Amino acid sequence: MMGTMDDTPDPASEAEEKPRAWPKLLHKATVPMPRLDGTRRPEPIATGSEWTLSMLEKFDKAIAAHADRMDLDTYPIQYEIITASQMLDLCSTVGMPVHYAHWSFGKQLLSQEHGYRKGMTGLAYEIVINTNPSIAYLMETNTLALQVLVMAHAGYGHNAFFKSNYLFRQFTQADAILDYLQFARSFVQECEEHYGWREVESVLDSCHALAPYGVDRYRRPARLSVKREKARLNERLKFAEKHYNPDFAHLDINKERPKADAEVPPEFDQQENLLYYIEKSAPRLQPWQRELVRIVRKVSQYFYPQRLTKVANEGAATFWHYTLLNELYDAGEVDDGFMLEWLGNHGDVVAQPAFDSRRYHGMNPYALGFSIFRDIRRICEEPTDEDRQWFPTLAGSKWQDGIKFAMTNFKDDSLIEQYLSPKVMRDMRLFMMHDGEDDRDHYHVEAIHNEAGYMKVRHALAAQYRSEAYIPTLVVARANDEAERALLLQHRVENGRMLDTQSAETVLGYVKQLWKFDVVLEEVDSDGQRLKIHRT
Amino acid sequence: MSVGPLRIVDRRSDPPGRGAVNRERFIRRFKDDIKRAADDEFGKRSIKDVGRGGRISIPGRGLAEPRLVHDDESGSREFVLPGNREYLPGDSIQRPRGGESEGADGDDPGSGEGTDSFAFVLSREEFLSLFFDDLELPNLERTRFGEMSMERMRRGGYAREGLPSNLLPSMTVRMGIARRIALRGAMAEHIESLEREADKTTGAQRRALVEEIERLKQRRGSLPFLEEVDRRYRSRVPTAAPATRAVMLCLMDVSGSMDERKKDLAKRFFALLYMFLERKYGHVDVVFVRHTETAEEVDEERFFNDPQTGGTLVCPALELAYKIIQTRFAGPDWNVYIAQASDGDCTGEDGRRSAGFLKSELLPLVRYFAYIDIPSSSGWFNRASDLWQSYDAIEGSVFARRAVHDRSDIWPVFRELFARKQNA
Repeated sequence: MMGTMDDTPDPASEAEEKPRAWPKLLHKATVPMPRLDGTRRPEPIATGSEWTLSMLEKFDKAIAAHADRMDLDTYPIQYEIITASQMLDLCSTVGMPVHYAHWSFGKQLLSQEHGYRKGMTGLAYEIVINTNPSIAYLMETNTLALQVLVMAHAGYGHNAFFKSNYLFRQFTQADAILDYLQFARSFVQECEEHYGWREVESVLDSCHALAPYGVDRYRRPARLSVKREKARLNERLKFAEKHYNPDFAHLDINKERPKADAEVPPEFDQQENLLYYIEKSAPRLQPWQRELVRIVRKVSQYFYPQRLTKVANEGAATFWHYTLLNELYDAGEVDDGFMLEWLGNHGDVVAQPAFDSRRYHGMNPYALGFSIFRDIRRICEEPTDEDRQWFPTLAGSKWQDGIKFAMTNFKDDSLIEQYLSPKVMRDMRLFMMHDGEDDRDHYHVEAIHNEAGYMKVRHALAAQYRSEAYIPTLVVARANDEAERALLLQHRVENGRMLDTQSAETVLGYVKQLWKFDVVLEEVDSDGQRLKIHRT
Repeated sequence: MSVGPLRIVDRRSDPPGRGAVNRERFIRRFKDDIKRAADDEFGKRSIKDVGRGGRISIPGRGLAEPRLVHDDESGSREFVLPGNREYLPGDSIQRPRGGESEGADGDDPGSGEGTDSFAFVLSREEFLSLFFDDLELPNLERTRFGEMSMERMRRGGYAREGLPSNLLPSMTVRMGIARRIALRGAMAEHIESLEREADKTTGAQRRALVEEIERLKQRRGSLPFLEEVDRRYRSRVPTAAPATRAVMLCLMDVSGSMDERKKDLAKRFFALLYMFLERKYGHVDVVFVRHTETAEEVDEERFFNDPQTGGTLVCPALELAYKIIQTRFAGPDWNVYIAQASDGDCTGEDGRRSAGFLKSELLPLVRYFAYIDIPSSSGWFNRASDLWQSYDAIEGSVFARRAVHDRSDIWPVFRELFARKQNA
């Protein structure tokens, strides 16, 4: 099938003649001319690359004024200035200033530190925490332009996203997470003192491997409250320790044994949250081990929305820093040198290397998200006929509303499904491939950025961001048979995509460490037919 | 827009090392691997770099944090890539082999680790504590409190501030006198110059000057006897006081038969020993003795760096060691250790005398005697050195000897000599 190519000469024939340098996929950093309609300050707020706290304060005020004008709703912000080594520490504990201790964070720290020293990797220069007030970290080695960039990106962009997006509103309690982590840290520490670090570490290792399966995907989790958490824990531990007897722990002496002629037990309620199920029902776990499972589960739950909104979150934040800093420029609050500097960084962040480039490491969420959000504004402000056809309600509407709606109501896959426009697909030259059983040596190009392909590409890209695409689903299908206490997990196979045998067996091993009895993982197709079975 | 008061908090001065906990946990978990890598690394280093931190690389197999993943060789999937230049629907692209395709899933950077090795940097502290982790001085008598060192307060001069009970009255009064003398002198000069001026002038000006002079004289007469600044207190500083005292005597053969290679080996051994003592026991006394036909006590610098040659006699070195112990480290308070390095190339007579002297005089005084034999690399035939043979006669747990042939032997030999005994 051959479609028409928009606005590009036929690349196939040209590529044969001479390999031509591929133009950067996104626009090169150039200083735009400031709009001259508004009132401009005669002098920029500050120039040069040195910064002081009072300068940052002035810039924050200026950014806040612009953000306010554009109806950006944010939590209050707290900036914290930290050193490079503090930034390394933060990065190693997934950005949280408090976290329980675990070797995997140490591994993260060592490898980042090594990379940083060797100059192989730069440091993340922005970290923002979804708390109320929102905390944004500014690294002391950043230049003035970078600090202001981070302030706009994290302090306003991410912050606004956290506040408005439905997933964050629904799933996380911004104001409770730090307290909870504090509690988790001291609890883990106490456990280590009490039961030995090896024991604690082995439970945590197992839980970490299962962390993706420790989330409620649809139900809103109970509110975190350290006070309640502690009270509950105390009660539970006290009760359990009082009544725990290792000799009888595996016997349910209090429970009436089912009669021999009992009916088949009622349908088992399939449970998606594996860690929850283990915490509540694992037969041989000690109370403190259950609590550790719970901690990992809660932390995983907190990060769940972030996992689902990489493109949307980074896209929105990048869009807002781009917009806000340009506003600063238009108002004469920053000078040309400032613009050139941050645009350079901005260009690096939103660069999307082509799939065959050596620098390609998958789709860059910043690039994709930024393109989508910027295109939303374009569609609102300067719609073309194509846009009117694709986005009839969006085209020509007020752009602030359009952006806000997109920030509020979508996660990655739905955002792409809804807003990936033909223009973005053309700009990024997206194309869709098929990898099937019939031909394992080749990928087949199914669709490209043309009239016939837009819908397919958009749909495939959205599917790629569904969490099922990169985290295989798993449900607890049956458990606690009186006879054998085996745990049956099920993976529903979609499109014939089976589990990697080695990873399945390793992960099963971890489940078994918590469950303590046999664990079986079966892969079933959509009709419930068993395709494969993994055992520990 | 919720406008709150803007808060910028400067956290730069917060105590560093929040990550240290996790770092330590990582090292603890992979201690065996890391130790093996550190030992390898050690063999490659020059003498000066031995104590430095450095890059370590351990096998990555145990490090992976496994996750459940799809098998990319099964089923069918669709994915979207950016940067299409030439492809049209219906084209096919060669499927990349190996781990190349993982980027296509689009979402999981950093999962590339697996069986590759994992490299990172250890600090000097971490490096050394790994090295010396399970080594110790054998047979050490822990006399008091089972600790090698104790903190004791020691007089450390005078301080301007302190507790009233530490006030030094005599010193304080002395400071007061000094202050008054100094102030009076300065005032006297001033008054003199004013008087000279007064002589030259008349009238109202003169009257004013005379008044000023009077005022100054009055002040000079009433200087305070003591002031705040005069106070002096006893100052006490904490110092490490040894509860168990230990001394290590290092005996090195620097005779003509010890060629550069052998000397290098010996020096490496002693350098290691020195570092070990310094790190593990803080303030073990170390005495350096080198010998040719004669023995002399030298300082650290000359011991390691000063070249010298001559004939070989072992016995004088042992006798000197004996003398040093008798004069300076005698008594039950001292734990004495001796490490001797030599190529063992000596006359039969000297060897016999040495062994005899060692057995009868020296060994009863010491806790441990370690002999490092560094035989010639190209001997006539592979036989034990003369001294080694002479030492055959000596037995007992206090005496130990090992042969070092090669640079890579040093570390294992060192470990054997100082390995922590199970029953200790």
